[in-house]
Amino acid sequence: MDTVVCVKHVPETAEADLVIRADGRGIEEKNLTFDINEADNYALEEALLWKEKYGGSITVITVGPEDVNMTVRMCVAKGADRAIRLDDPKFAGSDSYAIAKILHAALKDMKFDVVLTGIQASDDGHGQVGPILAQMLGLPHAACVIQTEVLEEGKRARVHRELEGGLHEVVEIALPAVLTIQTGINEPRYASILGIRKATKKEIELSGMEALGLKEDEVGEAGSKTRLEELFPPPVGERAQILTGTPQETSAQLIGLLKDKGVI
Amino acid sequence: MGDVFVLAEHRRGELREVTLEMLGKGRELAGQLGGQLKAVLLGHNVDAFARKLANQAHEVLVVEDKRLENFNAELYQKVLASLLTEKKPTLTLIGHTACGMDLAPSLAAELNLPLATDCIGFEFENGRLLAIRERYMGKLQSRVSFKGSEQYMATVRQAAFPIRELEPLSGQIVSVESPLTEEARRKKFIEYVEAAVGEVDITQAEIIVAVGRGIKEKENLAIVEKLAQVIGGVLAGSRPVIDAGWLPPDRQVGQSGKTVKPKLYIAVGISGSSQHLAGMKNSDTIVAINKDPHAPIFNVATYGIVDDLFKVVPALTEQLSSGS
Ligand SMILES: Cc1cc2nc3c(=O)[nH]c(=O)nc-3n(C[C@H](O)[C@H](O)[C@H](O)COP(=O)(O)OP(=O)(O)OC[C@H]3O[C@@H](n4cnc5c(N)ncnc54)[C@H](O)[C@@H]3O)c2cc1C
Ligand SMILES: Nc1ncnc2c1ncn2[C@@H]1O[C@H](COP(=O)(O)O)[C@@H](O)[C@H]1O
Repeated sequence: MDTVVCVKHVPETAEADLVIRADGRGIEEKNLTFDINEADNYALEEALLWKEKYGGSITVITVGPEDVNMTVRMCVAKGADRAIRLDDPKFAGSDSYAIAKILHAALKDMKFDVVLTGIQASDDGHGQVGPILAQMLGLPHAACVIQTEVLEEGKRARVHRELEGGLHEVVEIALPAVLTIQTGINEPRYASILGIRKATKKEIELSGMEALGLKEDEVGEAGSKTRLEELFPPPVGERAQILTGTPQETSAQLIGLLKDKGVI
Repeated sequence: MGDVFVLAEHRRGELREVTLEMLGKGRELAGQLGGQLKAVLLGHNVDAFARKLANQAHEVLVVEDKRLENFNAELYQKVLASLLTEKKPTLTLIGHTACGMDLAPSLAAELNLPLATDCIGFEFENGRLLAIRERYMGKLQSRVSFKGSEQYMATVRQAAFPIRELEPLSGQIVSVESPLTEEARRKKFIEYVEAAVGEVDITQAEIIVAVGRGIKEKENLAIVEKLAQVIGGVLAGSRPVIDAGWLPPDRQVGQSGKTVKPKLYIAVGISGSSQHLAGMKNSDTIVAINKDPHAPIFNVATYGIVDDLFKVVPALTEQLSSGS
């Protein structure tokens, strides 16, 4: 099984204070830490498990600036064989469609059995790149994949798609195909110290717009089909009544409120 | 021109709620666009659905085909590509569900249409349609415009729009011939698999203590377990806690887990992503304990404590056990 894993380097925002940039169309990234997108980490692990079981190779590919090398190297440290970074100043402002276009340019002449992406990126939450890439490559796809099984020596795969409320749908899909991977499909490993050491020396293949045979109007904002006009804080609705004080004080207040309401 | 199409989603003999939510919003949007609202129904033996949809749409386009009995993105894409090319609706709405996520992006790419996913609102600015969607897991929102095109697509978040009691429309049911000529070649539906039934049914609990990624390590679960015990509740979790294997799958609250509506829901170290909120936001009383004052969970909580859970949870447990 030769697998391509698309990985995105994303800011960790769950615990961070987000500051909207002056132009209103992005956030200040200076004080944020970045890491591999959560679902992409599961996608990489799925590829590593297949490699252990069926042999073959793993290529990780990303569209992003130089800082992204950190995430790509971590994938190499865990066992990816080849690393590709696609970068060009012209790529700035690409939406999911344009990102898929860039990935497509790099993958269209490559040989592989499966392309894996995450179900969605945690920053933009689009959930678009995988299926669009499949369409561009002329391949079938399955989104929201939570279990996989390779059949007939890699001619087909039987996958579980996660639906709502704990229900799964089992589908069989012809390979090569694109699968978008949901979190929880496996238990992602940690990189070994030796792996990390080796990965620092790994060459990351770099290609820009021209090398990929792309034109200016196919990438960046020009090649995008949607435009983020403006970011804004969510409207404040009926917010919670916030209890203040030491943990002892807030606990006591809460217990009082819950007792008054007859909840406990 | 100006028509809004809404793709009806159904599964195992039931029309899914997101369909009616989209029809409610879709009627308003069709009015603003000066067009008609049309429901698009693909399936096999779906007359009853068609009649129900006709109540809430100016027209129902029905594609009846045995091959469309169960959702299959490959076949749905074929049918919709042909329908949208012929009818050219201005806006097509599809649910942001597991089906919509499998279907909409590749369909839009095939038709070369702009697509905004997981939309929670729509606005018009000088006659131009803008989609509202979240970013950074709900910490910010954004306005998104569609690139110069006569046709757009959007997927709509489940439960983002209420099912409205609107005046019935008694729309016409129009049957459209299926463009399918063969079975799906590359993607075959095999079967549905139900979630395994666990030992505890959290949907029956009156009090739930739910724990999220903020708990950091499996070992730390003991402190929330203790709280659940003294308050007489059951322990549940957000997805990362289940993904990590710290709690069994039947304890997951949210869109892909259980929907609960207890008397009291205590969310500990949970940020409040839309997928989590989908499973608990209708609880009677919600308490959130989170150190981030901007965590979206505080938008649905009744009471909030902005502090370190490792200090608050033990204090709360201690007072509850000494007080009783
Ligand atoms: C298709 C799909 C379906 C999904 N279904 C579900 C679902 O059913 N259920 C679900 O839950 N998720 C679901 N998710 C995942 C969802 O998007 C979020 O990733 C998840 O809900 C986040 O869980 P969390 O709040 O525990 O973690 P995070 O978002 O990482 O939040 C952790 C929180 O803990 C707080 N915290 C950290 N340390 C402390 C401390 N010491 N004291 C106090 N607070 C602290 C942080 O401030 C933060 O707010 C789904 C995603 C997708 C794409
Ligand atoms: N810049 C990128 N480089 C490589 N892969 C990406 C990039 N952006 C998105 N992807 C892949 O596409 C998936 C879905 O992203 P999105 O459509 O942005 O939600 C991610 O989980 C990644 O696997």
